[in-house]
Amino acid sequence: MKISRPDVEHVAMLARLELTEPEIEMFTEQLNSILEYAALLEQLNTDGVSPTAHVLPLHNVLREDVTQPSLEQERALMNAPDAENGFFRVPRIV
Amino acid sequence: MAWEDRYEMVCGVETHVELATKTKIFCGCSTEFGGEQNTHVCPVCLGMPGVLPVLNREVVHLAIKAGLALNCEIAAFSKFDRKNYYYPDLPKNYQTSQYDLPICGKGWVTIETEGGTKEIGITRAHMEEDAGKLVHSGETIMSSDESYVDYNRTGVPLLEIVSEPDMRSIPEVLAYLEQLVQILQYTEVSDCRLEQGSVRFDVNLSLRRQGAAGFGIRTETKNLNSFSSVRRCLEYETERQAQVLDDGGQVRQETRTWDEGKGITLALRTKEEAHDYRYFPEPDLVPLVIERAWVDKIRSTLPELPAQRLSRYRELGLSDYDAGVLVAAKPLADFFDRALAHFPQAKVLVNWVTGDFLRLLNANQHSIADSRISPEQFAELMGLIDQGVISGKIGKNVLEEMYLTGKDPSLIVKEKNLAQISDEGTLLGIVEEVLAANPRSVEDFRAGKEKAIGFLVGQVMKATKGQGNPGLVNRLLREKMT
Ligand SMILES: [Zn+2]
Repeated sequence: MKISRPDVEHVAMLARLELTEPEIEMFTEQLNSILEYAALLEQLNTDGVSPTAHVLPLHNVLREDVTQPSLEQERALMNAPDAENGFFRVPRIV
Repeated sequence: MAWEDRYEMVCGVETHVELATKTKIFCGCSTEFGGEQNTHVCPVCLGMPGVLPVLNREVVHLAIKAGLALNCEIAAFSKFDRKNYYYPDLPKNYQTSQYDLPICGKGWVTIETEGGTKEIGITRAHMEEDAGKLVHSGETIMSSDESYVDYNRTGVPLLEIVSEPDMRSIPEVLAYLEQLVQILQYTEVSDCRLEQGSVRFDVNLSLRRQGAAGFGIRTETKNLNSFSSVRRCLEYETERQAQVLDDGGQVRQETRTWDEGKGITLALRTKEEAHDYRYFPEPDLVPLVIERAWVDKIRSTLPELPAQRLSRYRELGLSDYDAGVLVAAKPLADFFDRALAHFPQAKVLVNWVTGDFLRLLNANQHSIADSRISPEQFAELMGLIDQGVISGKIGKNVLEEMYLTGKDPSLIVKEKNLAQISDEGTLLGIVEEVLAANPRSVEDFRAGKEKAIGFLVGQVMKATKGQGNPGLVNRLLREKMT
């Protein structure tokens, strides 16, 4: 599989990234080399190996349904670029 | 000409229902409705870097319970995935959901319409987190300059229940939704408070020529939050699609939004519906292995479901209408059942429960939980009427008094001296007085005017303040006049 320029532009759009021309070229090249490297895995014989859902040999890590303290509103908003009246404020969507 | 002459509708519904947990799906923040904005949030549900989600056991429990009630296969192995999209209601820029290994597989729901009973297939049901709430500064999404975000809802556990495209009419869709909501309420998987947005529907709709086998092109209308919105949306969207097809056009496969005020559906711009979610397994959560024993244990806690209760009520001799009224409101049906345990005359009881009692509740805008009358007290009142201690008419007054004070009916009867006069000697004196005072009516009766006795009974009842035993009064009057 080869990553083309339109692929990079599409992924950038989905990630809401604005890329310059040289950046598009650079990422096309970098993404391709990453995929090429990952493609090494395809050389392995995986017959009889079931798909891995998680790399850790664990399952059913659960917590009880017990309320824990939440943040105070002021602290919740502390790192927000913009806030008003207890709300996070964001630019108009779409 | 109605579109039904030419087309058949094909409809499937995705239902998002809020699970009745105390805390969110991956953190200990409260799920309580109505808190001040951004006060039920923590680093986990705000998507701060470096935090780790931990799955709430109760979410899994309720999802399995719902699955069992919907006749679904419960997966032995299930996992979470990330659904990636950018929208400010999602602080992590992905929603933790389930993609290829949902907790519930195929199942079904049985519905009843005028056309008879029918099974509606369930495709799957999966667990996911709710998003935050956006408040737009402008009137609509299109006209606002800024948005305000409240993340209290973010991370509230949802179950998304996907139906097969099995519904062929609007009544079938509504019957499915009602049945689904009832099942979720009966199992206490969700309180299904539609007015608080705890249930939302996405409706997939297409039309096809009558008799055609394949499916037409469908639209998906998202985020309907009441039965009436679903009905109105379908009425509009079926007409719209029929018009497009009649004009020789093709329905566009698209996501639409419902404008409640205008009563129309609108296409969302294509950019907004870039369905490229790039799902991948959630690395921060380990998979679920669901042992048979866990499922069986939950199965053993399943209550009587609405369909079973409906047929039990029919077997008790209740009319379809009465049985339906009770089953549609679980708390009322529970009240009925508890009263029935003490007063086993179902048909008499149902008349009082769905009649006078429901009228009192409605008149006071109370739910059954607000009522001061216990089912045991209600049954006692029924017994007093049945044994002839008080008449049905006095019974209505006693019920009102019980409603106001919460007192036992026998106490009210005693305090207010309302017991029916069934003592022949006492009544005989009053009967004689009434006869002496109304010679014309006595003559009329003797002349064959049967109606005259009604007047005389009324006079005796008046003299006894309604407490004379009507059957006995009637008999004594007749005896005295013949
Ligand atoms: Zn939280």
